[in-house]
Amino acid sequence: MVLENQDNRNLWEKIGDFFSANSIWMKWYCTGCGAIELPPTMTSRFDMERLGMGPMATPRQADVLLITGYLSSKTLRRVIYSYEQMQDPKYIVAFGSCTINGGIYYDSYATINQLDKYIPVDLYIAGCMPRPEGIMNAFADLITMIKKGQANGWRHYQENYEWYKQNQLDSLKEVIIHDEFHE
Amino acid sequence: MTVMNFVYGFIVLLAAFIFQTALTGVNRKVTARIQKRYGPRWYQQFLDIFKALRKGSITHGWVFDFGVIMALGGIMATVIFIPVAGFEAFPNMDNVFVISYLLAVGMLGMAMSAAGSGNPWASIGVSRALTNMVAYDVPLMIVIFTLIFAFDTASVSEIAAMQQGMGVLGWNAVRMPLGGIVAFIALFGMLGKKPFDSFIAPAEIASGPMVEYGGKHLGFMFILHELMTFIEVSLILSLFFGGGSSILVYAIKYAILYTLVNIISQVMPRFKIDQAVKFFYRVPLVFAIIQGLVVIFLGWGVSVWF
Repeated sequence: MVLENQDNRNLWEKIGDFFSANSIWMKWYCTGCGAIELPPTMTSRFDMERLGMGPMATPRQADVLLITGYLSSKTLRRVIYSYEQMQDPKYIVAFGSCTINGGIYYDSYATINQLDKYIPVDLYIAGCMPRPEGIMNAFADLITMIKKGQANGWRHYQENYEWYKQNQLDSLKEVIIHDEFHE
Repeated sequence: MTVMNFVYGFIVLLAAFIFQTALTGVNRKVTARIQKRYGPRWYQQFLDIFKALRKGSITHGWVFDFGVIMALGGIMATVIFIPVAGFEAFPNMDNVFVISYLLAVGMLGMAMSAAGSGNPWASIGVSRALTNMVAYDVPLMIVIFTLIFAFDTASVSEIAAMQQGMGVLGWNAVRMPLGGIVAFIALFGMLGKKPFDSFIAPAEIASGPMVEYGGKHLGFMFILHELMTFIEVSLILSLFFGGGSSILVYAIKYAILYTLVNIISQVMPRFKIDQAVKFFYRVPLVFAIIQGLVVIFLGWGVSVWF
């Protein structure tokens, strides 16, 4: 992703980013093993609600999409669908080494190696898997990035839509999800 | 009816929103303490609402958009008729029937909008919400009719005023204990608190009616939810717990009632919708009918106190 350091937001966007930074609703995309690290992060030991974060039920309501681990080409289609259903501004946090370079599945025929070729990732959390401390630290970083206006992945996706779409098509052949029960 | 009435109405609306939203935030902290967490900031609910209003939003057709506006308009119209500690923005119009019918406009707007989104989860959520409404409304309305019969008035502020001056013993919940229990249980159903929250159930039906709302629509729904909570808690407080002689007393009693409901709800599991209906028709309905018969035929609790 591209970090834009110059701050050319107007006052309204700055106020909006203040609200966005302090109230983050998440949609967990829990196919990988990272999902198991989220309940302790949410419950009484680490308590992410202190930072104003909470889980939401659908992508439409959410601000942050959490990709918790490896993605097979079949689940990647669902992730792209979910991401495109979310409302701007939206952010993606990717968990663990699987989303960075494939992790232990780097030579698998069925999984993708590098997530940010397909959707714009704002923040990676390294580790296999990251502990709740690491996740909390990353969320604190995400809040700082949103406040400073540096989490611009969603804008980057709009500006470079053709590039992302081409990568998606190269890997998946088609992004349409077929209705497996009715076709 | 002058311009000042509308100004007062607007003030009531604004105060209701700010007070209830702050109270919701405090109650999120109370919930967190029950779960041994630290909890969010007390103004977190404001941040959430303004964040949602800031985000972009898409439409699912004009029914979806119009339903949100209709629901919010209906609920806002209801709030200005709610008497707060004897103060009424529009005097002599705080009838129970006015409030319950205007509240239905808001409820139906929400149902229409959610169904207009075309998502099956939303339809399931709406059907559950309306079933839930039928369940709690029957016992509650029987008790409210009993009150109207007993006091010969349907005005919320007059019923509230009749309970004042005798301390706790004057409250309808104490004079008519079975009716008070019914009203308190019905308040859980009205607010959608556990155990009667099967229509929002995030893990089962992906938050039900709210499933397709995002951004600004969701922000409107949050504002609507806060105002609806204000109406429902105010109604039960004025009718059964004596209202308040001053704004301060009213606010304190309101906060205690809402927090109590929240605390009890946090240690409850969730009823399935058919269990909720069976429960309401088995326990509170019987209580309500017994209370009605007692008031009509024996007259206990109406004027015979001390």
